[in-house]
Amino acid sequence: MNALFFWLFSGGMIVCALAVILNRNAVASALCFTFSIVFMAGLFVMLSAFFLAAVQILVTAGAVMVLFLFIIMLLDLTAMEHVPRQKIWMGFTLLLALGFLLIVAKVLAATPLGFMTENSLPASYTTELEPTKAPVAKSAAQGVTQAQWDELDDTHRIGRLLFATDTSDGKTSYVAPFEITSLLILVATIGVIVLCKQDDRPRPSKREIITREAPPIEPEKETALKH
Amino acid sequence: MEITLNHYLAVAAVLFAIGLMGVVMRRNLLIIYMSLEMMLQAANLTFVAFSRFNGYLDGQVFVFFVITVAAAEVAVGLALIVALYRLKRTTTTQDLTTLKF
Repeated sequence: MNALFFWLFSGGMIVCALAVILNRNAVASALCFTFSIVFMAGLFVMLSAFFLAAVQILVTAGAVMVLFLFIIMLLDLTAMEHVPRQKIWMGFTLLLALGFLLIVAKVLAATPLGFMTENSLPASYTTELEPTKAPVAKSAAQGVTQAQWDELDDTHRIGRLLFATDTSDGKTSYVAPFEITSLLILVATIGVIVLCKQDDRPRPSKREIITREAPPIEPEKETALKH
Repeated sequence: MEITLNHYLAVAAVLFAIGLMGVVMRRNLLIIYMSLEMMLQAANLTFVAFSRFNGYLDGQVFVFFVITVAAAEVAVGLALIVALYRLKRTTTTQDLTTLKF
């Protein structure tokens, strides 16, 4: 059953990804990419990363792809759909990708850890593979005992890990990176506003354009429009 | 058939390769940008797969950060593309040769 869903999600994801780069129409590409993201969220669910699956759909498939679609529709890209393809260049690109995949296949075949299945996992999700590292200490750093930690769901665990403040036993804390991320988003927001700001040259206001191009509206009509 | 860690890594590698192909092959800036996003997503998938099979949750926290940074990056990148379009009236890489030697 698991295998069936794995092949369904990964197959759908790869077909959609191929459609993204092969489609001439940018809007169709964006939609295919959204579907690819949704399939990847399915893979995240299979890897029991439920929180990330939700975030993936909300942020990437929701916010980011809406932004992409906005920009695609804002810019006029219809002229680009008729640019002829360069067959030789496409062949070179395919060779590049196949070379990359060959290297990855070699590495995967040489890694014994990669043949681990879900059944060979340790009983507890967060228990270390090596028993030398005490798993209790790991969860104790998060302010809960091991038994409580096992009971917690995915979102709670990530939250505990993200905001853990007790780093006395060498545990990494993600509080500082989290705060820095907020700074990054602030900088990005300001940067976007600066980049998209129109230059300071005086431009005709909307009102002026209307009055210049359209015949002036009679005063009584104008007051009627205002109300 | 049992699904192993290698299956997930192979799928992520294929997705990364498709993204790479898109970046090198396409001439539309927006599609190139989408392919870049796709490569980031492939990296995310490997993070989550390793996190699951190694029993550490830290990988998932990393993916959380990657998604956040990617969202900010998309906003800035698209603003750059819009600014470029205002200046040049095109988003084809062939027409953007100002820096060409």
